[in-house]
Amino acid sequence: MSYILQGQTGDWEVVMGLEVHAQITADSKLFSGAATDFGAEPNSQVSLVDAGFPGMLPVLNKVCVEKAVKTGLGLKAEINPVSVFERKNYFYPDLPTGYQISQYLHPIVGKGVIEIDLADGSTRQIGITRLHLEQDAGKSIHDQHPTKSYVDLNRAGCALMEIVSEPDLRSPEEAAAYLNKLRMILRYLETCDGNMEEGSMRADVNLSVRKVGVKEYGTRCEIKNVNSIKAVTMAIEYEARRQIEVIEGGGKINQETRLWDPVKGETRSMRSKEDAHDYRYFPDPDLLPLKLETKWIEEIKQTLPELPDEKKNRFKGEYGLPTYDAGVLVAEKIRADYFEEVAKGADAKLAANWVINELLGALNKDGKTLEETPVKAVQLRGLIALISDNTISGKIAKDVFAEMFVSGKEAAAIVEEKGLKQVTDTGAIEKIIDEVIAENPDNVAEYRSGKDKLFGFFVGQVMKKMQGKGNPAAINDILKKKLSS
Amino acid sequence: MSLDPATVKKVANLARLALDEKQLDFYGNHMNNILKFIDQLNEVDTEGVEPLSNVSDIALRLRDDVVNDGNKQQDILANAPEQTSGFFVVGKIVE
Repeated sequence: MSYILQGQTGDWEVVMGLEVHAQITADSKLFSGAATDFGAEPNSQVSLVDAGFPGMLPVLNKVCVEKAVKTGLGLKAEINPVSVFERKNYFYPDLPTGYQISQYLHPIVGKGVIEIDLADGSTRQIGITRLHLEQDAGKSIHDQHPTKSYVDLNRAGCALMEIVSEPDLRSPEEAAAYLNKLRMILRYLETCDGNMEEGSMRADVNLSVRKVGVKEYGTRCEIKNVNSIKAVTMAIEYEARRQIEVIEGGGKINQETRLWDPVKGETRSMRSKEDAHDYRYFPDPDLLPLKLETKWIEEIKQTLPELPDEKKNRFKGEYGLPTYDAGVLVAEKIRADYFEEVAKGADAKLAANWVINELLGALNKDGKTLEETPVKAVQLRGLIALISDNTISGKIAKDVFAEMFVSGKEAAAIVEEKGLKQVTDTGAIEKIIDEVIAENPDNVAEYRSGKDKLFGFFVGQVMKKMQGKGNPAAINDILKKKLSS
Repeated sequence: MSLDPATVKKVANLARLALDEKQLDFYGNHMNNILKFIDQLNEVDTEGVEPLSNVSDIALRLRDDVVNDGNKQQDILANAPEQTSGFFVVGKIVE
């Protein structure tokens, strides 16, 4: 689906690449033994290394390296056997050393690819340029004092993966789909929790515009502070319009960093950053090059889980699920695992329907996550078994499910307790149908004179008398016979 | 290699050093002398030689992911010119 913006001078196309910073899930920091918990007392998770005290030396965290490699493998990317840490020099109050240890010329992971899923059912391959390891900076708080800023270094030194895409994205929808898929992959790999609200995944958007049909890229701007998927969409729409208006008004786009203001819904220039791009990178003399043994990379490869795309394809093939259902089920690993547990020995399509429509619906309504579900997978399987063997009808099953969701009881126990077993005894059904026919002579006459629509009325009356417990197929059969005789 | 006055000024600016014209001249000369000295390395033919990161053949040491540091808020803040409720306090830096 192409995203074309109409200007006064013609049609415009948007070209984007995303830089995503993903905090690596690790207990301690990239180069120090301080903790990484979110929301701790300010400056309580800071070592002398993180605070940039003289003489302190960084020592690299093995798990962070392992998770960067694992992420690289999950992005089907080249793993570089040798990578180099460099110093990126700039001054800012939340960067105590005056430089960020990052990777520049020799990142740990090279080119890879992500397949994104679009609303019309199509997919696109988006190139990954690189992934490198770096330290996070501290956090500045500006709204506590009229003339001062407060600095908390708890985040300083936490391990980040910067994941850079190729300029392959062409619409807000594609950018959102890219972020969604990347987040999904990171969560499957358990290398980043993907929590955008807590800032453990942040995105910068590089965006330029060009006339449709033009091959060369326009001058791009980098938009920072886009911290939700919705904000990414809004910032792109705003910035693309702004650039088109500048160019069509005879102006020129300056390559610059712009800040997304979610309150005003606009991007604005961060002039103070203009000089900051001269980072004077050089190899960090405190750290030797990072050399990865092939054997270690192979070991990490063995720990890769089944990734969302593979799982989706398997769900379609193995369980015969439609693409949409498979997509909903694999969106979270725990959801996919739950479904597979329900589907064990049960009707898979029925299982998918119940998980997607009933369970997720009920959880959503209660503001609960799947981790908190009162109905365990094996219990839902029990309910589905009762539908499949005709013990209860699908309609009654919904009531049973509602009861299970509140009490956490087994389906069979509820059915037993409340006497909800479906009546399949044709004699009993016949008796009720005879009653209904006797009680509604006018309707019977109308039906017989051709008013077919009344059939539903009779089914309803029978069901009502049987408190919903009649077997629908049997009722239909017998009713039809009796009414037409 | 020699630095022109504009470059010296830019380097000073990036290092947050406020230098007047006289000082720029003085430090510019110092820097050029250092660069001239280092320039001697360019006389060596390094064609086809891999960059050397260290002379002893040791590998980068990695540590296990264990929390064994931090939890020393008062030490961290001890030298801060200004602090409040556990935070460093600095001049307003909002854009």
